[in-house]
Formats: sequence, C-alpha cells, structure tokens
Amino acid sequence: MNRPSLAWKLYIAAFYLFLFAPLLVVAIFAFNASPFPSPPWRGFTLEWFTGSGAVFGKPGVLADPIWLDSIGNSFKVAIPVALLAVALGTVNAWVLERAEFRGKTLLAMMMLWPLVIPGVVLGISILAFFSRVANGLEDFFQTDLDLLRPGLPLVILGQLSFILTIATLIIAARLRKFDRSLEEAAFDLGASRARVLRTITLPFLSPALIGAGLVALLMSFENFNTTLMLVGSEPPLPITMYGQMREGATPAINAVSLMLMLGVGGIASLFALTSKAER
Amino acid sequence: MMTRQASRLTLFLLLAPAILWLGLLIVLPHVEILVLSFSERVAPRVYAFGLGNYLEFFTEPLYWRTFARTAFMSILVTALTLVLAFPIALYIARVAQGRVKAILLLLCLLPFWVSELVRTLGWMMLLRETGVVSYALRAVGLADQPVELLYNDGAVILGLVYGGLLFMIVPLANALESLEPAVVEAGFDLGGSRWTVLRRIVIPHAMPGIVAGSIIVFMLTVGNFATPVLLGGKNGLWFTEQIYAQFITRFNWPQGAAFGMLLLLLSSAIVWLGLRLTGQSLGSTLKQA
Repeated sequence: MNRPSLAWKLYIAAFYLFLFAPLLVVAIFAFNASPFPSPPWRGFTLEWFTGSGAVFGKPGVLADPIWLDSIGNSFKVAIPVALLAVALGTVNAWVLERAEFRGKTLLAMMMLWPLVIPGVVLGISILAFFSRVANGLEDFFQTDLDLLRPGLPLVILGQLSFILTIATLIIAARLRKFDRSLEEAAFDLGASRARVLRTITLPFLSPALIGAGLVALLMSFENFNTTLMLVGSEPPLPITMYGQMREGATPAINAVSLMLMLGVGGIASLFALTSKAER
Repeated sequence: MMTRQASRLTLFLLLAPAILWLGLLIVLPHVEILVLSFSERVAPRVYAFGLGNYLEFFTEPLYWRTFARTAFMSILVTALTLVLAFPIALYIARVAQGRVKAILLLLCLLPFWVSELVRTLGWMMLLRETGVVSYALRAVGLADQPVELLYNDGAVILGLVYGGLLFMIVPLANALESLEPAVVEAGFDLGGSRWTVLRRIVIPHAMPGIVAGSIIVFMLTVGNFATPVLLGGKNGLWFTEQIYAQFITRFNWPQGAAFGMLLLLLSSAIVWLGLRLTGQSLGSTLKQA
C-alpha cells in the first residue's frame, strides 16, 4: 500500500485540479475586460475593482454603493458576533470545564444542538419567535419595536445562536489543558481572584480567544442560510452576491469574490498561526 | 474561601449566558415553530389548533415529492462524496509523508474557507451556456454550438459533492491515521489481495471517520439552499426553498413552520440512525470533524 499506483496518483492530481478550478476561474475573470463574467478573454483590466463605470457602463466594486454597503453591513454583523461569541464563549467554557452542578451533562449536550439544526430552520424559528415577542411587547407598550423585526440586530442573534457553540468548544479545549497549580501558586502568593484571572488564566487562554474570534468573524461573514431568513433592508455581502448571481452579474462579482478570498485567506492563515502557537 | 451562598450566586451568574442563549435562541424559537406548525387559519387573522399544515404537505404532490427528492439526493451526494474522498484521505493518511502530507491537507482546507457563494459562482461560470467548459468544447471542436451544463440534477449533485468533500476527507484522514502499518502488512503476508485488505482491515478501521463524515455531509447537504437553487435553477427543487417560499414569499408562516419541523425531523432522524447503527455518540462524532 505504500507504493501508490500511477492511476492513484493521477486521481489525486485530477482531484486537486477539480478542487481549485472554480476558484481559479472566479479569480481570473475578475480581470477580464468584458461586460460579462464569461469567456472569451478580452484583455486585462482593473476596471471591475476601481472603475467608475465610464468604460463598461457599470462601476467596479470600490465605486459601487451596493457592494460597499453590503461589505459595511457584513462588518456591522461580524464584529458584534465575534466579540459576543468570545465573551460568552469564555463564560460557557468556564461552566463546562470548572463548574460542578446537577444537569451539567445535559447542558453540555444542549450546547451541541445548534450544530445539528439546519441553518434555514434556525433562521425561521428565530424569526417567528422574535416576531411574536415583538407583537406582544408592541401591544403592551404601544410602540414600535423594529429591533426585533428582520434586520441586522436579528441577523446578529441568528448567527450567534450557532457560532457561540463553536467559540465555546474552541475555548473549552484550551481551558482543559490549563495546569491549575499555576493558579494555586498565584493564590498562595497572595493574588486576588481578579488578579489571577487577569495575569494567569486569560493570558494562557488568549490564543484560543483570538482563534475563536477569527473563526467567528469568518463564519459570520460567510453565513448565508440563517442570514437569508432574518435579513431586512440592509443585506450583508453573501445576500447581495446571491441576488446578483440570480439576476446575472457583471465581473464586479468576481472582483468582490477575489477580495473575499484574499481576506479569508489572510484571516485563515492568522488562525493557523495562533493554533500553532497553542502547541 | 467563599461562603456557600456566594458560590451559588457565582454559579448562577456563570450559567446565565448559556441559559439565555439556549433558551432564547434555540429552545423557545423551536417551541414557537412547533406551535405555529399546528395552527390553521380559520378566518382572517384567526388561527386554531389543527393538523392542516401537515395534511397539506401529504396531499400536495409538489411538497412531498420535493421532500423525498431532497432526502434521496442528499443520500446520493453523501455516498458519492464518500467514494470520491476515500482514495484522497487514504493517500494523505497512509502514503504522503512529512511536508507533502501537510501541503496536501492544507490545499484541501483552503477552498472551504472560501464562501459557499464564491464556490458556487465558480461552478456557474464553468458550466453555463456561455461558460468556460462550453467555450473550451467549442474551441477544440467537440461541440459546434454552446452547451448548457447548468440547471440540471448533475450540476446540483456536482456542486453539493464539491461542498461536502472537505467534511468527508478530514474525518476519514484522521481515522486512517491511527491504522498500524503492521496490521496492513500482516494482512498482505497472510495472502490477502489489495481488495481483501481494503475491505477487511482498512475500511472497518476507518468506520468512525466514515460515520462522522457521512453524517456531517448529509446534514450540510439536506440543509443547503444556495447550491441547489443557483445550480439547479427552476429544476433545483430543494426542500429548504419551499420553506423560504412559505415564509418569505407567501408569508404563510404556519405552513413554513410545518415544513421546517419536517426538515428538522429528517435531518435528526438520519443523524440518529447513523449514530445508532454504528454505536457512536454525537459528541465524539463532532470531535472527529
């Protein structure tokens, strides 16, 4: 089995070609000087990134308010999701690893649930539940509660519902490796609880905190299924891309995809570095 | 160090985020759609308890056919993904060494950090009538007019298999990693052919990885939305699309909630069945992935 046959090697090569073909096509055609994202090749241009629309009648990504607003909306969602996921995930990890109470096994199991619920179902359930809450509160207070209607705040809650599981798991895995005698030594030396947390425990956890934050950022940026159900009038990037792909887009969508790939690649390599630092 | 009451208060405060999260974002919303799915409209703005939404599902052929089609195609996609991924995982785990191994695994991971929408865009650009494949076929003379490869079941299956591959390769490679080379050699020494060794030694050893990968790929496929809708077009007919249509387009929330419950049931049933048949637990399965 250690001497692979030629057929096996050819299969491996074909597989990697298959894996990268769609991404390469997207990247290459971002630079095609044509109003349509398809062959033939009509020469190199940066028009779909920076162009104002003078050449092809449609602007490039960085001059088009539709794309810029969507990128902005994505950040408006991803940053709160990442911060909340890290903060709440740390508390959850603490509960899983340190606290002792009845029903802990059940709670640990329930924390895994969001990963087995289809994203679309998470989306509609949160949409329906918060609409009922909003209706109830509006009747009671006689005011409008737009916060709980489809829109960015609801998208944040929807994404948080499952991203929090992943953040919790990443941070709990790190906390499990922590040598508690370090904390005890600090207590013996007279440190307060807050000081131990600040100078011993959190610095030890920091690679996992950064890693969990980066993963949360990525997952939020790329989430489509849950977001689609909860989105209002301010679409994040994947929703805008979906709309453009259905209608038939200009190569600006290739340009935005390439920027996304580079951004994601950057964050992913940061994450790889932080998880290497953990070892 | 602390009084009993103070430590109880601390525990309560620490538990609060988890309880709020699971209660407000998971449990109560699912209770809400369960209740909603059993409510029928008896008059404008008046709803009553009833099984009408589920009856509608069974009496309207479009609905249950789409459901059955989604389930069947997801199983097919899972099986195809397993067959395609196995040689790759075996190569990464057993043949490749050192640096090559790390690079091969990293190259597998890379495309999956990229958004699903970008990957689907790539396939659309390759397969559509004016796309790269059609253009290349004409350029080399294999076709004399544009070929439409998009908007059929083949394209949907292709896109879904592509999206599932990583989630199959990683658990498989992890499981195969722990296989002792001596055991494989013993199999050959005892006169086993390649095929016998694969069937009697390698595959049974990889079983936890096969189960974990298959469950995850099935869940992701059945709950997918963008890939079947974009690559299948009008012929995509995926059940998540029906949920979306009821909720967002038709604003018939009770019907959409019933569909949501059915999808959840399908997904959970298959996951449970897979775990049952192979005696694995959910926790260890998710850890494999």
